[in-house]
Amino acid sequence: MTYSPSVYPYRRSPDQDGDVVHYPVVIVGAGPVGLAAAADLALRDVPVVVLDDDHTVSVGSRAICWAKRTLEIFDRLGCGEPIARKGVGWSTGKVFHRDELVFQFDLLPEHGHRRPAFVNLQQYYVEDYLVERVSALPAAEIRWMNKVVGVTPQADRVMLRIDTPDGDYALTCDWLIAADGARSPVRTMLGLEAEGQVFRDRFLIVDIRMKSDFPPGRWFWFDPPFHRNQSALLHRQADDVWRIDLQLGWDADPETEKRADRILPRLRAMLGEDAEFDVEWASVYTFECRRMQDFRHGRVLFAGDAAHLVSPFGARGANSGIQDVDNLVWKLCLVMAGLAPDRLLDTYDIERTAAADENIKHSTRATDFITPKSAISRTFRDAVLGLAKHHAFARRLVNSGRLSVPAVLAGSPLNTPDTDPFEGAMVPGTPAADAPVTGPGSKWFIEYLRSVFMLVTFAAPIPPEAAAALFRDPIRCRVVHVDADATPSISDSQVVIADSAGLLTKRYDARPGTCYLFRPDQHVCARWRTFDLTAVRAAIARAAGNA
Amino acid sequence: MTTLNTEPNLPDPDDFYDELIALHRDLTDDESALVNAKLILLLANHIGDPDVLRAAMAAARREAAHDGGLP
Repeated sequence: MTYSPSVYPYRRSPDQDGDVVHYPVVIVGAGPVGLAAAADLALRDVPVVVLDDDHTVSVGSRAICWAKRTLEIFDRLGCGEPIARKGVGWSTGKVFHRDELVFQFDLLPEHGHRRPAFVNLQQYYVEDYLVERVSALPAAEIRWMNKVVGVTPQADRVMLRIDTPDGDYALTCDWLIAADGARSPVRTMLGLEAEGQVFRDRFLIVDIRMKSDFPPGRWFWFDPPFHRNQSALLHRQADDVWRIDLQLGWDADPETEKRADRILPRLRAMLGEDAEFDVEWASVYTFECRRMQDFRHGRVLFAGDAAHLVSPFGARGANSGIQDVDNLVWKLCLVMAGLAPDRLLDTYDIERTAAADENIKHSTRATDFITPKSAISRTFRDAVLGLAKHHAFARRLVNSGRLSVPAVLAGSPLNTPDTDPFEGAMVPGTPAADAPVTGPGSKWFIEYLRSVFMLVTFAAPIPPEAAAALFRDPIRCRVVHVDADATPSISDSQVVIADSAGLLTKRYDARPGTCYLFRPDQHVCARWRTFDLTAVRAAIARAAGNA
Repeated sequence: MTTLNTEPNLPDPDDFYDELIALHRDLTDDESALVNAKLILLLANHIGDPDVLRAAMAAARREAAHDGGLP
């Protein structure tokens, strides 16, 4: 085995004796989503306890494709680099029908971004790095072998009953983040459901260790010679571990298919009779798409798989969960500080249910193409694959998964609609586009967007007293000034960077005087062709739910 | 925006009909279904206009319901 699971010890907490202790935030679930939320809260000095009913990380590699936007969020939380370095980056994919290539895609065709379209890394490694990051932050604490067995929301707090090896105890909190996975005990305890559909199919998921020069990227086959009438998927992970997905059909028996005498012949057919490999992990999955009707229930906020489930074709599961908490934490902090009204948290539900619907739509379409639900659906699917060999239009219909891109929150009430004309993609609601820059810190633009509101100004500097005023405002806004030739500098309220390659100006359709306002989650919420302090303040107020 | 044209537009309807049936000669039912699906996709892409395609699909489904005497 290439990895021995980390074991995190149970420790009795002083909270288990004496009066019931209260925290601003408690998170249930130390998976990637819960841990990311904990890191974000702790970096903002909010005391937070994470409760996990187990004492280890992911068993099996599970979520492996970490999208660029997720990596940017991990960078903001201070744990992106080890993940990007340990993992295997990729941007291109190939789709085959039988033995012919029918479709190729490049998810990041342009240069000048810090992170690739995806990094493949086993979920247990990502969780270990997140645990390490959270453990270094004084405001956060992870409690292992702490199982939440009772949740009682009240008007002004949530009461929790927690079971441990030493017996149970109670905690209260102002806000509860339920990041406790697909079967979400918190969701069940509150009598809530996640509705959707099961896809009538089964997939064998295998991790093997194998030395191979097989090139990077995502490989997908429909009806390959080595696995007739079914689909196959191949991804490279860290440690020379490869992920193979083999479609088995609904009638396959999961217990039988997990046996070595069933798995090995399938792998040898795919890799060659003489291939040398070791099986590290195997599981048989059936996929579903589901979501809760509402992600917010008063003081309880659901995130990740607890809120929504998708089939994995498109890598929209863990990635959307990380993007959920990226959206949630800054809003929660403004509400807790009394700087934003409670209804700002309703926009978490509005924005992230919209994103979940988009993810479910794309994942469902891909799964329907991979597992057609009726004879006629299969006929059309095979027709597309047949036509794709000779006809360009059909290649775009081939759907083995539309890979995760961050949702553009275009309809969000927190955006200030454009009143000036702009070209290009950076509309309000779009996550920040990266670009190479020369600056006093990082050489990547996105690293200058620092978990607060950020005003980015191009070529025409704003008056220093305006930058100072924005910095001192109750909802702080920092300024990044971009200039072609400026000397990079940094002060409390303003950073000056140079757009050395001109890509920042190009990507943002910027002209002298252009200003972009970013939310603390690095999403554009307003933009103008000239600076106006009143307009900027109004846009910040709007984005914080105060308008 | 173009509307679906259901006025006569085939220069020689009998010739076309003959060719359509001949297209399926010697094919099994499964093979015919696949050919039909490909034909639909090819023609749909040629037409391109989503409103025309939607109107055609609606007409196809509507006629199907009425033909069977179903409500």
